[in-house]
Amino acid sequence: MSEEATDLRQPQSKTELFIVFTLLALQGVGGVLVVVQRELVERRKWLTHAQFVEEWSVAQVMPGPNVVNLCLMLGGKYFGLPGALAAVAGLICGPLVLVLGLAILFGGVSDSPVAQGALKGMGAVSAGLIIASGLKLSTTLPQNPMGLWLAIAFAALSFVAVGVLRIPLTWVLPCLGIVACLLAYRSLKLVAESAIKGKDKDPA
Amino acid sequence: MNPMLNLSPQDWFDLFIHFGLLSLLGIGGAITTAPEMHRYLVDEKQWLTEASFSSSIALAQSAPGPNVLFVALMGWNVGLNAGGGLSAGPHAWSLGFLGIFATMAGIMLPSSILTYKATQWAHTNRNLLSVRAFKTGMAPIVIGLLVSTGWLLSAAHRDLQQDWKLWLVTAAATILMLKTNIHLLWMVAAGGVLGAAGLL
Repeated sequence: MSEEATDLRQPQSKTELFIVFTLLALQGVGGVLVVVQRELVERRKWLTHAQFVEEWSVAQVMPGPNVVNLCLMLGGKYFGLPGALAAVAGLICGPLVLVLGLAILFGGVSDSPVAQGALKGMGAVSAGLIIASGLKLSTTLPQNPMGLWLAIAFAALSFVAVGVLRIPLTWVLPCLGIVACLLAYRSLKLVAESAIKGKDKDPA
Repeated sequence: MNPMLNLSPQDWFDLFIHFGLLSLLGIGGAITTAPEMHRYLVDEKQWLTEASFSSSIALAQSAPGPNVLFVALMGWNVGLNAGGGLSAGPHAWSLGFLGIFATMAGIMLPSSILTYKATQWAHTNRNLLSVRAFKTGMAPIVIGLLVSTGWLLSAAHRDLQQDWKLWLVTAAATILMLKTNIHLLWMVAAGGVLGAAGLL
C-alpha cells in the first residue's frame, strides 16, 4: 500500500472536480461505481485500491444514494464543502439533463424489442463489470489487519448472504458488520499493543 | 389516462418531506426504498401510474449516470401529471422541474448532510482505533456486496439453457475488465449492439 501511495495525484481545482465527475457520471451506464474505480484509482491515481475500499465502506453504510455519498466524500477530502458540492453537482447535473432528454424523446420507444434487446445486452455487460470491480478490490484483502483468511471469510459470507440467499442488506450489513468491526478492533489493538511493548523494550 | 392532478403547496411539501425520510432509510442505496415510493406515489396518493413508475426506474437504470436519477424522473412525471401532461406547455414543464426539485432535494439533502458530517468526524478522529476498526472491518463485507450486486444482475437471467449467451457476455465482460484496459463504454456498447441485433 505504501509504495502505491507515494505516486498519488490529486485534483488541482474544484472546476477539475466538477468536470471529472461529470465525465465519470456520463460514462456510467448501469452503475457509476465501476467507472469511479477504474478512472480515479487506475487511470488518474487519486486513490489506492485500499483507500477506495475504505471510502466505499463508509459510503455504503451511510444512508442515501451510495455513489452520491462517495462523490461527496471524495470532493470533501480535497476541497472541503465546496469540493463536495462541486463533485456531487458534476455527478448529477449532466446525467440529469441527459435522462430528461431521453424521457421526453424516447418515453415510448423503450418498449420496442430492439431497445429491450439492447438493454438486456448492456445489462449483461454491466453485471460483468461490477463483478470484475469487486474482484479487483479484493486484491486489498491481504492487507487487512484481520488477516487474509478472516477477510476472505467475511467477503464470502456477505456474497452468499446477499447474492445467493438474498437476505436484505438491512440485515446483512449490521449483523456481519458488527462482528467484523469487533474482530478488526481486536486485531488492531493487538498490533498497537505489541508496537508499544516493542518501543518500551528498545531503550532498555 | 392522465387525469389532471391538483397538487397544493402542502402536497409538494409532503412530497419533499416523504422523500427526505426515505433518504435516511435508504441504507444500501436509494433503490432499496423503491417499494415504499411505489406505495406512496402510486397506491396512496395516485400521483403516478404504475407504468410511469416502472418506466422511471427502467429509463434511469439504462441511461448513464447515478441510478438515483430515477427519483428525479418520478418527480418530473408527478409534475407533468399535475400540469396536464408534456404537451400542456411551459406550465406543465415548470411543474415538472418543481417535482424534480422536491424529490431530488428530499432524497439527497438529509443523507448528504449526515454523510458529510460523519466523514468529517471520522477524518478528525481517523487515528481512533474504533474508526480504523470500522473501516477495515467493513472493507471485506462491501467487497462481497459489490460482487453480489453484479451476480444478482446477471442472475436475473435464470435459465442457463435459454440465457447462456447472456451469461457468456457477462463472463466475457468480467474477464475483459480484469485483464485489459479497454474503455468501459466500448464494452457496454458492444453488449447493446449484440442485444439490439437480437443475438442475445
